[in-house]
Amino acid sequence: MKGSTVITAVALLVALFMSGCGGDGSGSSQNQQADQQKENGLTSFEQKHGIGPVTEKVSLNGVDMEMAQKGKETFELKCSACHKLNERYIGPALGDVLDRRSPTYVMNMILNPDGMVKEHPEAKKLMQEYLSPMPNQGLSKEEARAIVEYFASDLE
Amino acid sequence: MTKQKFSHRLWIMPAIALFSLMLFGCNGNGNLSSSSDAAQKVYVAPGELDEFYGFMSGGYNGQLGVYGLPSGRHIFTIPVFSQAAVNGYGYSEETKAMLNTSHGFVPWGDAHHPELSQTNGETDGRWIFINENNTPRIARIGLDEFKTQEIIEIPNSAGNHASSFVTPNTEYVSAATRFSIPIDEDMSNMDVAIDSYEDTFKGTISFIKVSDEGKMNIDFQILMPGFDYDLSHAGKGPSDGWAFFTSYNSEQAHTLLEINASKNDKDFIAAVNWKKAAEYVKEGKGKMMPGKHVRNYIDHEEGGIAKSETIEEVRVLDPRELEGIVYFLPTPKSPHGVDIDPSGKYIIAGGKLSTVIPVHSFAKMSSAIESEDYEGEVMGIPVLKYDSILHGEVENPGLGPLHTEFDDKGFAYTTAFISSEIVKWDVENTQVVDRIDTYYSPGHLMIPGGDSQKPDGKYLVALNKITKDRYLPTGPEMFHSAQLIDISGDKMQLLLDFPTEGEPHYAQGILAEKVMKRQKRFYKLEENTHPQRATSEAQTRVERDGNEVHVYMTTIRSHFSPDNIEGIKVGDKVYFHVTNLEQDWDVPHGFAMKGANNAELLIMPGETLTLTWEPKEAGVFPFYCTDFCSALHQEMQGYVRVSPKNADVPLSYGTGK
Repeated sequence: MKGSTVITAVALLVALFMSGCGGDGSGSSQNQQADQQKENGLTSFEQKHGIGPVTEKVSLNGVDMEMAQKGKETFELKCSACHKLNERYIGPALGDVLDRRSPTYVMNMILNPDGMVKEHPEAKKLMQEYLSPMPNQGLSKEEARAIVEYFASDLE
Repeated sequence: MTKQKFSHRLWIMPAIALFSLMLFGCNGNGNLSSSSDAAQKVYVAPGELDEFYGFMSGGYNGQLGVYGLPSGRHIFTIPVFSQAAVNGYGYSEETKAMLNTSHGFVPWGDAHHPELSQTNGETDGRWIFINENNTPRIARIGLDEFKTQEIIEIPNSAGNHASSFVTPNTEYVSAATRFSIPIDEDMSNMDVAIDSYEDTFKGTISFIKVSDEGKMNIDFQILMPGFDYDLSHAGKGPSDGWAFFTSYNSEQAHTLLEINASKNDKDFIAAVNWKKAAEYVKEGKGKMMPGKHVRNYIDHEEGGIAKSETIEEVRVLDPRELEGIVYFLPTPKSPHGVDIDPSGKYIIAGGKLSTVIPVHSFAKMSSAIESEDYEGEVMGIPVLKYDSILHGEVENPGLGPLHTEFDDKGFAYTTAFISSEIVKWDVENTQVVDRIDTYYSPGHLMIPGGDSQKPDGKYLVALNKITKDRYLPTGPEMFHSAQLIDISGDKMQLLLDFPTEGEPHYAQGILAEKVMKRQKRFYKLEENTHPQRATSEAQTRVERDGNEVHVYMTTIRSHFSPDNIEGIKVGDKVYFHVTNLEQDWDVPHGFAMKGANNAELLIMPGETLTLTWEPKEAGVFPFYCTDFCSALHQEMQGYVRVSPKNADVPLSYGTGK
């Protein structure tokens, strides 16, 4: 009886320590539950267009070839070490990415890869599949927008 | 019974421990009676940042240590005068030219006195300069990237000790010979008998012009009597336009200086009117003399690659011919430091064998010069009268006073080396108001901005020369000991001991925000101008040119491109030009090649660096990333196949094929 009281007390204490030291805590089971709730609780905008600095829907109206050309240059400089258009490499092939994702989603993935991989269910799934998390290459919104234009164009 | 006795003894042991703690814990080695109070003052919570940067010379490690204050945390070491295998500085093709001198490549230096650039007499966070004593040089470090950007050699000099001190708007950084050397008209006869010292040896004081972009060039040198020139500080406020240099060995001894250079009752502070000297130079006065020296600089236009240029001559001013540029202020007993108070009115000397600290008055010095109130001259340089220029003497300043810094409330703080203490005194009335023991034997001391016109008089760092029992013992050799002292109140309070690398001579401190606002986090790929860059994997390639092979390689988390290379032969010299394609803060990649006889590379995001490798035998040699870069860092590797000299293995390369 006395022994089990001690054990209970120790267990309580341990629990206190664990929950007390959670920090931003993806570690404890409680927090994982919280994450799931949050995941389910993503706004419908976030579900569709990703989490990041682009909070208004970006729509494509035809292709601006000048912008697409700039996007191609930026893609080659900052992205092509891991992505190819037509084959899987370190990351997924991106030639047809706009069939799967919205332009806004693509921009948020470029601009906030760390946050996306942590919080967005689709990005998390890809992380499981590709293992190498996407680095933040420090692009501006304009550069990310131009890359979307490049993906929408028929430039190779 | 036995058991009882035993437990009785056990009881006594903690009591003894507690008792001895009470006895020795409080007063013994300067520990505080209220250490929790001190702990509060130096505690920087996890995730919080220090209030000040402290830049401490590495002394004989040739580098510059960067510390956070008040925590005393060692946050970085900037390679300056010594090769650094840690990142390839002085080994890589891009940086090795930084260590060129007129004596050839010198892999080591003795760094003494860092000095922050100033604007209007206040530290501005643009650059920090530091001198090299052994092979006379001055380096300029850019505080935007914490990298050595330029090193200039000082000709006609030896033991570049009285250096590198700046004028209030960083117009000049100054230098002077500690060791005089043979100097004649055309520098043709250097091979002289050492005992001809008095006739043939001279000193030089150098003024290095600093452009708005930071470029250094030696504007002029002043020929001086063959003394030892020790330390310096520029004037400010009313004394702006002047710079002050201590000298010792006015006896002109060339052997056993310990005795022979300690005979004269007074040596001199040389007061140099640099504005007047600069005017003479503009008028074309003085003459060009041989003065071969090398200037190394990072060429930002071309990929940040260090380049060297050799300059053959230097303009020399002779005070015997050009009036009014130098005066001697007699100063007791082999003075060491010379420090100008924030008002610019007083010139303070640390006479290391003196029993007082003399405080010269700049106003009195000026009127003595005006009225030509001289007691004589040395090599055409007028010697002023001690009593005519003296503001006062600090009595009982401790034994072996060396260096003085200042707060913003009119107080001076002087280190006393022999009596191991810091003495606080009132600059106007020269009265000692407080003193505190240090552990042990302080050389320089540092107050952030403490040698400028705007000191931040909150903390003082004592740079102690002797460590002994302050830390866990590390055998006969140990780090030096710095001590942080709170100077915000009337009484100085010891807060913290912390170890420092090498031998910090002088140090500088600056409010962190002044430096933080100009920080680079990475180099932009689109601004990379390196001629051998590969800014995308499409540009990676391997090219042979005779027995030179150039590998244009990229890194990104977590692979090299190319990572398989064949067709290298014994006898080749392989250049790995590695560009880090990352564009995020704090994602360097390393590059290490098995058997390389130089070092690794640590390549910052957006940067290109080059390592050479000369394989000596056939085989397959792995290379890998040394900086844990991602969860797949252990996968970041590659192979180079090396074939015999006459093999016909074709050059081939690739990644993922």
